[in-house]
Parts: sequence; structure tokens; C-alpha cells
Amino acid sequence: MSDLVFDVKNITLRFGGVVSLNDVTMEHRRGEILAVIGPNGAGKTSLFNSLTGVYRPQEGTITLNAREGHPISVIGRGAYRIASAGVARTFQASRMFSALTTFENVKIGAESHKGLGAVGAMVRGPATRRGERESDQKTFELLEFVGLKDQANTLSASLSYGARRRLEIARGLATNPVALLLDEPAAGTNPAEKLELANLIRRVRDELGVTILLIEHDMKLVMSVAERLYVLNFGSVIATGSPAEIRSNQAVIDAYLGSSETQTSEAS
Amino acid sequence: MSASIISFWSTHFALLKSEFWYLVVSGITTGFLYGMVAVGYTMVYGILRLINFAHSEIFMTGAFAGYFLMRRFVGNNTPSGAQSILLIVGGIAVGALASSLMAAFVLERVAYRPLRKRKAPPLAYLISAIGASYFLQNLAGKEFGRNPIAMPQPYGNANVFTVFGSPFNQYDLLVVVAGILSLVALDIIVSRTKLGRSLRAVAQDTETASLMGVDIDKTIMLTFLIGGAMAGAAGFLWGLNSNVGSTMGFVPGIKAFTSAVLGGIGNLRGAMLGGMILGMVENLAEPFVTSAYIDVVAFVILVGLLMFRPTGILGERLGRVA
Amino acid sequence: MSTEMRVHLRRWLSFFAMAALIAIMTGPSGSNNAPVQGLTQSFAQPYSYFGLFRAQRWMIFFTFALVALGLQTLWRRSGGGVRARTAVLRQGFEAPGRRRATVLSAVVVVALVALFIPHLISNPGIQSGIVEQVLAYVILALGLNVVVGWAGLLDLGYVGFYAIGAYVTAWMTGRLPIAAPFHHPVSSFAAIPVAIVFTMLAGVILGAPTLRLRGDYLAIVTLGFGEIILVFSNNLTNVTGGSQGTNPYIPSFTFRIGGLKYLFGNVGYYFLVAGFVVVTIVLFRLLEHSRVGRAWTAIREDEVAAESIGINPLKYKVMAFAIGASVSGFAGAVTASQIGVVYPSTFSLYFSVNVLTLVIFGGMGSIVGVIFGSILVQGIAVYLRFYPPSGYQASDLYMYLGALLIMMMIYRPAGLIPSRRRRREIYQAEDGIGHEGDVLLGEQS
Repeated sequence: MSDLVFDVKNITLRFGGVVSLNDVTMEHRRGEILAVIGPNGAGKTSLFNSLTGVYRPQEGTITLNAREGHPISVIGRGAYRIASAGVARTFQASRMFSALTTFENVKIGAESHKGLGAVGAMVRGPATRRGERESDQKTFELLEFVGLKDQANTLSASLSYGARRRLEIARGLATNPVALLLDEPAAGTNPAEKLELANLIRRVRDELGVTILLIEHDMKLVMSVAERLYVLNFGSVIATGSPAEIRSNQAVIDAYLGSSETQTSEAS
Repeated sequence: MSASIISFWSTHFALLKSEFWYLVVSGITTGFLYGMVAVGYTMVYGILRLINFAHSEIFMTGAFAGYFLMRRFVGNNTPSGAQSILLIVGGIAVGALASSLMAAFVLERVAYRPLRKRKAPPLAYLISAIGASYFLQNLAGKEFGRNPIAMPQPYGNANVFTVFGSPFNQYDLLVVVAGILSLVALDIIVSRTKLGRSLRAVAQDTETASLMGVDIDKTIMLTFLIGGAMAGAAGFLWGLNSNVGSTMGFVPGIKAFTSAVLGGIGNLRGAMLGGMILGMVENLAEPFVTSAYIDVVAFVILVGLLMFRPTGILGERLGRVA
Repeated sequence: MSTEMRVHLRRWLSFFAMAALIAIMTGPSGSNNAPVQGLTQSFAQPYSYFGLFRAQRWMIFFTFALVALGLQTLWRRSGGGVRARTAVLRQGFEAPGRRRATVLSAVVVVALVALFIPHLISNPGIQSGIVEQVLAYVILALGLNVVVGWAGLLDLGYVGFYAIGAYVTAWMTGRLPIAAPFHHPVSSFAAIPVAIVFTMLAGVILGAPTLRLRGDYLAIVTLGFGEIILVFSNNLTNVTGGSQGTNPYIPSFTFRIGGLKYLFGNVGYYFLVAGFVVVTIVLFRLLEHSRVGRAWTAIREDEVAAESIGINPLKYKVMAFAIGASVSGFAGAVTASQIGVVYPSTFSLYFSVNVLTLVIFGGMGSIVGVIFGSILVQGIAVYLRFYPPSGYQASDLYMYLGALLIMMMIYRPAGLIPSRRRRREIYQAEDGIGHEGDVLLGEQS
């Protein structure tokens, strides 16, 4: 039990009369690449937003055990508090600080967990300067890690879709997260970029030891990267298991894979 | 200690009791005037998501237009009878006309439309609105003098009847009649006519409305025309009872905006209701609060509302009117 | 009539309407007794231009209108606007070397001019006017720039903090009807830190509950705050001295070193406040390029994304608000000791809008722009106050400031010397790039 990063127990989320998540229970083990799949409107994004503190489920508990032995409850905490507790995320339609360069985007992430320091900034003592150097160093390393080093000084708004994804991942990683949550990272990318993305996700886990949750539409990417899957339909978990198990699960085939057009990758 | 508190309240309540009906009557008239100005704020907000800062100067424009008419036609003797009625109707009409033209063809054209065409961010609108407000206020101050001027009275303002011993004057009657007529007319326009439909459509979703063939520019212009006319009429009526001056719009403007927020900004009937509530509260608070702090009451209501119930009593959205 | 002709006609008409308006704006004033006189004379009365030539006012402005029309046509033909815009959107980092040299030489020139100003201007009225109307406003504008330019919050109650700073100084020096703290008046210089602390606290107290509000509501709430402070300072006569102002005079800054005593006069204040300006610039420049400055940028551009990397928007907004407030209070304290009296009539909304105009005109978020804009606008204001051209009244200034605000929003929303980041944000928002249609307000849509 102690090795769960996210322990989601029986959460239900309603908007007015619409039930978006119905009694969902999910365990996210430390160090694994977990994926949540499901057809459109199955509640994937609702689950994602509940995990990151954007939505508040009315029932159930979500325990985040980012630093081992210090479990905190996600529900009722603001998004920034979940983020500073060690959960980084990306957005479905990528959200960058578009008037800033790639480098600046990542650097903001790298220094966001440091204290306020308005006075420190104005005095600019040795500690502040050391902090700056560390952030710069880390930013360069991360840009190199995601392969954006050459575009460090490019305005982030002029990056390609694939590059924006990698930028978002780098920015998230800059906050030293325990878990990285990816919201449909393959949306809008081309096949070559998808392959790169799959590699990158694996490297984030293997080399940096970051636990990964993937919410995805694109079956090819999910099946190649994820080690374990949850399948959502109409707000409920209908199946869980390894990619091989899911492929052969009748309920999943009926709900989702059965319809032939979703076999191939869906571009959204 | 407690004895003094009791005596404090008892004297104030005695004051409230003796002046109650007088305060109610003036509450109703102020309420109607606030409501007439508030609908302008609420309509523009509903459509452009903009606090039209310069609306208070639109109000002032109407007062000045009426003032010039009175100045021209009221002689040394106070007019009476049909002449009075003609002058008053004329004053309201001229005030409404001047304000609506100022709002739709000067303010909207010059200060807002260029920004809209460029899809400028909301803060840009707000700043432009503040600029327009200051410009108009001080232009009027430069041209017409910066001190308040008394409006030449087109009527005797005789007592019409008494309410429990407190007078209900011709002025009160005039404001109530003008207020009811204009607000009912506005409500019918917005809820029943084709213009009203396009207005609501634009308020709900500008892009879809434009795809459905609603002429956005025209609708916005009409919004300013209507809101301006209401404010101009109210401006003349306001000036009739107090003074006319370049800065006369600021305080009633803030109060009317408070009324609009009180009723749920974007909601027409809410604005009318909010005006009435604020007018009443302000007048009935008079025995308890030194006159200098009456404005503070309105500000405190406004700040409290925005912080704790920004959607007001009836909730937002112009689309919900009908 | 063809569409093209109609467009041309409209352009001509609007230019001539503008020219007529400028003729009225610069023309003689009317009065309560003769309210139309100003309007008619603006067109009827010949006017002497700088003693060079006399002409009918409208002729001059119609000539201007023609020239402006011609220039606009040329500008459009060359496609200047579009090109500048794409250039801004394309550029990322620029080579810092050449820029640094330009900035350095500009700083040297400005510093030299600033050093000699008190020697060039001997009129004591103008000297003190420069301190209280120009230098103090540079500090004020730099403070408001933190709130409006960096945190993206529209604060219309900026004057409230200025008033608090001034009254705290009067209180500390024992110039209010209520006794000084511990019945021990201190010097006005010692009052400064207290004024800063008080206004910073006031900023936190006002900001913490209100900064969650949407941008336009925040503007109204802060406006309400400013007006409440104004009403109180006018009416709490036994605390503030009421509309008559404080009495007796608040002492000017004095320094004693050993047996030597230096009382700050106009020139002394000039150099002291200029020193304060320099300190403010240095501190804020560091702040802008620190992680705090970058966090403000992040919140302004995309609050949701900023939260997703652990930035607490409210905390940073309150911080910006408190910094702005304390700068305003600081300016209030310094000016109170220089003028010697605190009048409530100073503390109207006009004051806040005046400072806002400086920030907008100079360029939101751009320190250089804000300084330049403040010096230019306030310098002209002081000049007009001491050498008013015929037809100009002191209060006309606000008419020009209002017009300036509209003009800036229409033609140059990012300001005279824009911050590169801010200009990019505005252009991107207009082009629908990025997530906030609302980058300026820092609010989610």
C-alpha cells in the first residue's frame, strides 16, 4: 500500500445532475507508467483534473503520497498546492507562456518551488545568485534531455506541436516532480513525433525515475508505452490490467475497441 | 454605556419614524433614476463585457442638453400648465437624444470600436473607457464651467398629494411616470422585438449570433443608443432637482453601477430592481449615517457584493431577461 | 457612391472632426455664465502661435489634419504597421551587447541632464514643482507599474495608499489633531519607514480578499477603496484635520551631522528624490529579472499553467499589490514633508488616473518606458502650469490625459517604449495565440 503515488478511492464527481465520474477507484504505483483510456466523454479529463486539484469530487478520497510517508489529501487543495507537492502535468491543448522563450518557460518551472524572495531578489545576495545559476543549469540540462536545446531562445509560440509537448514536459520536470501527468500528449502530433514522444516518456521514467500517468486517445502510443491500464466508460472503471489483458478483455472490446474505427489512432 | 447606545438608537429611530414617508418617496425617485442609468451599464456589460466607465458622462451629457433647452426657453417667470409639460417633455427628449448620440456615435465609435475590431484584451477597453470618461468630463468642465449650475425650473414643482403627511411633489410624480414608462418600454423592446432578440443573441454568444446573421456592429450601436437615451433622460431629471455640472455624473454613475451589480450585472430587470433597492437603502439610512458618509454606504455595499456575491440577486446574463 | 469613395470620405471627415476637436480643446474656455462662448471663440478668434504668426485657430488645425492624412496614407502604403508587428512576434532573444551600449549611453545622458536641471532652473516654484510633480510621479508610476504592468492588475485606488503614507507622516511628526504615537513626534525622515510599513500592510489587507476577483471588478473595488479613503480624510476632521488640511507645517527633512545642520530646500529635495528614483529603478530592475518577476509574467500570461507548476497566483498578486502600495505610501510620505501640508482634495480618483496614464503612456511593464513617459507627461504638465498658453486652465490637463489614454489604447496599446514581452503578449492576444484572451488582466476566460 505504501508504494502508491496516487490512491484514489471511490470518487464520484457530479456537475449539476450529470455524473462525470462514478465510484472510480484507482491505484497508481510508484515508478510505473500507467495509462487511462476510454472513449470520448468517458471521464478521462475529469479524472485528470480531479487528480490535479482542479475539480473537487463530491465523494471519495484521493491520497497523494508523493514524498513517502507524507500522504496528503488532494481533494480541497488548490492546483498549485498539488503541483508543489510533486505532481507535474501537461495540458491537452498545450499551454505555454507564449510570449516567453523556450528557455524562460522551463526556467519559471525550475524556480517555482523556491520561496517568494522579493526582498532577496532586490538585494540579490549570493544565495539568490547561486539559485539563479542552479536554475539556469537545470534548465539547460532539461532542454537537452527533451531535445530542445537548439531552440532555447525561440519564442515558445513559434514551436511546432511536438516541440510544445516536449517543452511542457520539460517545464513540468523542472519542478522536480514525483509524478508526471500527461493529458493526451499525442494530440496533434505526427507519427514521427509520436515515436519520439513514446521514447521520451520511457526515458523520463527510466532515467529520472518519475512515475507517469498517461491519459490518451491514441491506442498505438498507449499500448507501446503503458505497463498497466485503466479503462473508463461513462465515468466508471470497466477494466484494468496489462496491455495484453486489456486487448483481450471483452468488456473493453465491446465498449471501445470493438468499434472498428477506433482501432487505428484517432486524431483529435 | 449601554444606556447611551440605547438613547443613540432611539433618537435615530425617532428620526426615521418621523421622516419615514418622506424618505420612502425620495427613495423611490432616486431608485428610478439609478435604475434608468443602471440599465445602460448592464446592457453594455452584457454585450461587450465592459464596465462602461464613461456612462456617467453620458448621463451628464443629457443633463447639459436639457439645461441648454431650459436656459433658452425658461424666462424670468416660472412656466406653468401646458408650457411646463411641453418644456419637461422637451427636456427629457433632448437629454435622451443628446446622450444616445453621444454614446452611440462618439463614445462607441471612437473609444471602443477600434479596439473591438482589433480584438483587444479587456483591460484595453477598460482603460479606453476611463480615458473617455475623463476626457468628456473635463471637456464639459472647460466649455461649460466647472462649478455646478442650477437648472432653470420649467415648473412650480407643486405638491400633488400627501403620503401620510409627507409631500409627493410634481417632481416625484414626473420621475415615477418617466421611470415606469421608460423601463417598461425597454423591457418590451428587449423581450419582445426583433431588436431585442438580436441583443440577447449577441449577449449570449457573439460569434454564433454573427453566424446566424445578426449584424453585430448595428446591435452594439443600438445598445449604446438605448442605454444612452435612458441615461440622458435620467440626467435631465436628476439635474432638475439638484444641479448640472461637469462632475455630476461620477457619484450617480457609481451608484447606478452598484445597482447593476446588485441586480446581477447583465440582467436588465435586475438592474431596475437593484436601482430601487439602493435608492431605498440609501434614503432610509439617512437618519443613521451622517450625510457625508452616505456615499460610503453605497461603496461598502458595492465592495461587499463584488467580493461575496458578484452575481447579484437575480444572477448575471442579459440572455435571461425574458 | 462607391464603397471606396465612402471610405475616403469617412476618413476625411473624421480627420477634420478631430481637427475641430483639437481647436476646441486648445481654445478659450467657457464659463458657467457663458457656456457656449468657448466653443464659438475657438473658431472665431484669431490666435497668436508662439508669437510667430497670427491665424484663425481652425486654419492651423485643418492644415494639421491635411498633413496627418497625407502621413497616414504614406504609412499605410508602406505597410509599416504590419511589418513592425511581425518583427515583434518573431523575435526571441536579441543580442544583448548592442542594446546594453545604447541603454548605458542613454543613462549617462539622462544623468548629466538631471544633474544640471536645478542649476538651469532658478525659479523656486518650478524647482519644487519638478520635485513633487515630476520626480515623485516617476516613483509613483514605477510602483503602479509593478501592479499594472507586471502583475496585470488594474488598481484605481492607488491614491488611497498615497494618502495613507502622507497622513502617517503627519501623524508621526505630530501634525494631526490626534497625538503622535507615544506622544513623541519624530522627524519626517524617520516617519518614512513607518509609512512604508503601514501602506504595505494596507495593501495586504485590501489585496488578500479582493485579488481573487476578476480584473474589471478589482478595478471597481480599488476605486471604491480610494473613494472611501477620500471621504474619510475629508470628514474625519478630528483625526485628519478635514478639508482644511493638516496644521502646522510638516517639517522638511533635516540632517544633523555633528554640529552641522542641513535643512533640505528645493535643490536638496531634488537630489534626494532623484536619488530615491535611482534606488527604486535599481531595485525594480532586479525584481523584474528575478524569479518573482518571471512568476508574475507566468501568471499574467496563463494563470492555469502557472498554477500547474506550483505558483500560487494569489500570493504573487498580493505581493505585487503590497509593493505598489508601499511605493505609493513612500511617495506620499516624501511629498508630505516637502509640501508641508496634507490636503484631502489631492486624493481624488484623478490622481490615480493620472499615474495610470503615465504607466500606460510610457509602456506597461517597461521601466524605461514608464520613466520616460512620466518625465515627458509630468514635465509638460509642470511647464503648462507655470507658462500656461492662452486659453489653458490647470484642470484642462485631465482632458488631455483622458484623450491620451484613448489614443494610446487605439494606436499604441503597449506604450511609447514598450516592454518587449508585454507587446508580444498584446499582439498574440489580438491574434488569438495563447490561452488567455485576457493576458492583460491575468484572468481566466
